[in-house]
Amino acid sequence: MKTMVSLEQIVFSYGPIRALDGVSMVVGEGEFFVVAGPNGSGKSTLLKILCGLERPQSGRAELLGRPVSAYRRKERSRLVAYLPQTVPLDFPFSALEVVLMGRHPHVGLLHMEDRNDVDKALEAMARTDVAHLKDRPVTALSGGERQRVFLAQALCREPRLLVLDEPTAALDPAHQVRLMDLLEDLRHERGLTVVMVSHDINLAAMYGDRVLLLKHGRAVCQGPPEEVFTFQTLEETYGCVVLVDKSPLGCFPRVTPVPKRYLQKEGTAKENR
Amino acid sequence: MAAFDHHTVPVAELRPVTPARLIAVTGASALGLAVAMVFGLAVGSSGTDFSALFRSLWGLELPDPTLSTILWQLRWPRVLVAMETGAVLALGGLVFQALLRNPLAEPYILGTSGGAAVGAIAGILLGLSRFPGVGAAAFFGSVLSLATVLVLASGRAGFRRDALLLSGVMVNAFCGALILFFISTTQDARLHSMLFWLMGDLSRADPTVAARLGGVLGVGAAVVFAMARPMNVMLMGRDAAESLGVSVLWTRVFLLGVTSLMVSAAVCATGLLGFVGLAVPHGLRLLFGPDHRVLVPACLFGGGAYLIGCDALARWLPRHGEMPAGVITALVGAPLFILLLRRSTR
Repeated sequence: MKTMVSLEQIVFSYGPIRALDGVSMVVGEGEFFVVAGPNGSGKSTLLKILCGLERPQSGRAELLGRPVSAYRRKERSRLVAYLPQTVPLDFPFSALEVVLMGRHPHVGLLHMEDRNDVDKALEAMARTDVAHLKDRPVTALSGGERQRVFLAQALCREPRLLVLDEPTAALDPAHQVRLMDLLEDLRHERGLTVVMVSHDINLAAMYGDRVLLLKHGRAVCQGPPEEVFTFQTLEETYGCVVLVDKSPLGCFPRVTPVPKRYLQKEGTAKENR
Repeated sequence: MAAFDHHTVPVAELRPVTPARLIAVTGASALGLAVAMVFGLAVGSSGTDFSALFRSLWGLELPDPTLSTILWQLRWPRVLVAMETGAVLALGGLVFQALLRNPLAEPYILGTSGGAAVGAIAGILLGLSRFPGVGAAAFFGSVLSLATVLVLASGRAGFRRDALLLSGVMVNAFCGALILFFISTTQDARLHSMLFWLMGDLSRADPTVAARLGGVLGVGAAVVFAMARPMNVMLMGRDAAESLGVSVLWTRVFLLGVTSLMVSAAVCATGLLGFVGLAVPHGLRLLFGPDHRVLVPACLFGGGAYLIGCDALARWLPRHGEMPAGVITALVGAPLFILLLRRSTR
């Protein structure tokens, strides 16, 4: 398996605030990699560095064995599609027009979208279940619909690496599972590599091949979900009590945060671990 | 932010840009410009006369030769300069709104026009030649004021909306004070006629002015049109645009530079005309949708038509003489600004 992403001892600060402090990770081609961790642990910054949107102060960031900074902008934009947590677009473009913007890396400056581009956009929209919204202005869509339109834009770019910052946050449970299933399908069809940040540990455990757990800009643990998501590492990372057992669906862990009222009865929560 | 009311955008317009649609939009706005030109030529302080204009356009002899002189030596350059200035300011507003992702940005409101005016006056006082000396000084002034506003308004996550507008307004007020200071302290007779210029003065238009401004506009409009799709992409914010392969920094520097050049040329020709860059792009966005590939040609012709119309009104309304066209553009534009501000903060 080829190495898609390789980060080595990445250090990054916003002014005096250190966001990442010596993080390393390796993602193989075709892998589904999830970055998890509490708010402010440096997850989004890590994604930006591997897409070349931020330059680390020290450490090495490589895509397909080449330093990220050595790529030409256009070349990199064809290889990696990055979808930020929120896209602040507030001009009333139609959903189809927004998805078509994803063709930008592939066409010349004065090119106008032709039948081929429109077909690709409509296919991507069908896969994220927004084809029926194609003529609606994005400013009139709900948060979840909008998120799926921007995901369609990322797919329309036909990248080899898809980098997503909390793509499921605005979605209902059905669309969460549908999105994750879609990403899994795309991996099998196109050999797409997926790196995503998620707060949903259970989704991460169900779909992720490997997981990186971050806290205060340092890696706590890295590996397959069943190794990383134990109650020790999760409690250490998040600072709350959790219950980890096996999902009835199979061999991946299931994580339940424990409410305060269950902690007061001495022993009940802990024995069940 | 619901700055742009999506309910008013006809669904039929919301389809991807095709060459056919580009031609249709360009044709429609060019037609609008042609109609405005007819009005601009026919209306004047010496009376409104369409039949004389059409006779003259058909190549027929006019009964009164002075009428022909008025039409083609006084009004025609004026209409041309109005068209070019309107196009420049509309394109300037369009570029500022896209690059700063702020629907209220515009060269006049952000103080770019004011900076160009201060530069031009300083150039005149220093005794520079009108071209290229004063023009270069105006360009320098506009870049300086724009840079000041951008530095004042930049935070870590891009430009802060309200800070951008407030620093623009303040830079503008400061430039206005500087201009009045220069005008009132100098003995230079040339400057005393410039008070009119503060509100936009198209009466001194001549063919040389029209040719120079036309040249700058031609180059600038071509550059802005070529950058129309990156401008679309940049509306999605820095990260998404960079990821799509657009260099946000260089696109900004390049386009803002070209816009400053166009705006300072227009200010040298006609003075300070406010809010054209607000009214025209907003109106055209409602008609044709938000894609810059159709909005650039639409603003080019629509902006020209708008300012010719405002200037014709400014010549037609007063009983005696005329008023600066900037009076009309501000009377239309300032309430529109307030309306848009209310809508975008709600």
